[in-house]
Amino acid sequence: MSESLQKYDNAFIETFSVDKAALEADLAYNSIAEWDSIGHMNLMGALEDAFDIAMETDDIVEFSCYSKGKEIVAKYGVVL
Amino acid sequence: MAELQDLLALAPFALSEADKQPLFAAALGQLTRHHRDHCADYARILDVLGFDADVPHAVEDVPFLPARLFKLRRLQSVAEDQIHKVLTSSGTSGQAPSRIVLDAATASLQSKILTRIVGDFIGKARLPMLIVDGPGTVKNRNAFSARAAGILGFSIFGRNPTYALNDDMELDWDNLDRFLAAHGDGPVLMFGFTFMVWQCFVQALQKMGRRLNLDQAVLIHGGGWKKLADQAVDDAAFKAGLAQVGGISRVHNYYGMVEQTGSIFMQCEAGNLHCPVFSDIVIRDAHLTPLPDGQRGLVQLVSLLPKSYPGHVLLSEDEGTIIGTDDCPCGRPGKTFTIHGRAAMAEIRGCSDTYGGK
Repeated sequence: MSESLQKYDNAFIETFSVDKAALEADLAYNSIAEWDSIGHMNLMGALEDAFDIAMETDDIVEFSCYSKGKEIVAKYGVVL
Repeated sequence: MAELQDLLALAPFALSEADKQPLFAAALGQLTRHHRDHCADYARILDVLGFDADVPHAVEDVPFLPARLFKLRRLQSVAEDQIHKVLTSSGTSGQAPSRIVLDAATASLQSKILTRIVGDFIGKARLPMLIVDGPGTVKNRNAFSARAAGILGFSIFGRNPTYALNDDMELDWDNLDRFLAAHGDGPVLMFGFTFMVWQCFVQALQKMGRRLNLDQAVLIHGGGWKKLADQAVDDAAFKAGLAQVGGISRVHNYYGMVEQTGSIFMQCEAGNLHCPVFSDIVIRDAHLTPLPDGQRGLVQLVSLLPKSYPGHVLLSEDEGTIIGTDDCPCGRPGKTFTIHGRAAMAEIRGCSDTYGGK
């Protein structure tokens, strides 16, 4: 596993207190109580800090699940 | 739902009023039929009014519900197991809060449309954000207030959110100093509720004789002028106060109802509230007859966003005036209007009564 992917996963694991299995099942927005609108902005902050990027509003709205998020961070030059 | 989907995919100010109206009326018809078919209470209302949703209607002819109906009754066009969140309004004293039933699709649409509307005024880049409220406001996830929903909805536009107030609604100087040291010399986004911005920020700074350097800030504020109108503070006085305490010159008021979250009307650089392609406004007189531009009356708001509850055509309790159509100096097409504040209680009762007998 790349260091970036580790960071990407950790942002979810630390923000939502989930395990890796949940991510592998493609964890989605609103599928767990922790990933609500508050949790969402916390996750965005964690990812922006981890990769030192600044996402646009459209991408934050489109960031609907674990796998979709990978495509989105890739747009900011993050190689997972 | 072709017209509905087409309109919702557009940029907020993509169409002139003449190009928008036929599309909007068709989209509204689709949405009205959706609610008729999925909400038995709503179907009964249309039935009682003798409204046939299967034939085309002008926007102003589609029946409006008084917004306060959502305080009295929970109306939904979605199955129980599809409910994602029930939004409650903060509830003015003595009134029950509104209950707005959201499914995931409607909630997501609200975020997307809000993003597009606000982005047209402040751009896409997310700026460091100073929230003129206390951190406790959004903490209680179970009692989700309209104020929390507003803060969270607008948080999408900011980064590194910092709360300017503590939970006693006093200026939090540790937070403010840290924020200003890190971002004070660059563009920042400020967000808050109109009355809180005035009382807890502008007036608090004036009392202390402090001035902050926020020359490059853009402030978005909303939530109503009622308390400020009582103090005779209007839009111009509000802006003058912000300029004085922080050099803040880019100020956008927004108007909207919790019953139509996401569907907001932003104040442009020329000071007018703008109607995007996703919504419409009708002004009505005391007999609920539509009024021409320039005349003051009750505000009816129409939004294409509410799909999980029949709140697409609502009569508010506010008074407003349509200023013009396709002629705002800022260049955005469509209707522009201004809001004068709440109508007197007697008139509001009159409306509900009249509505029932219409």
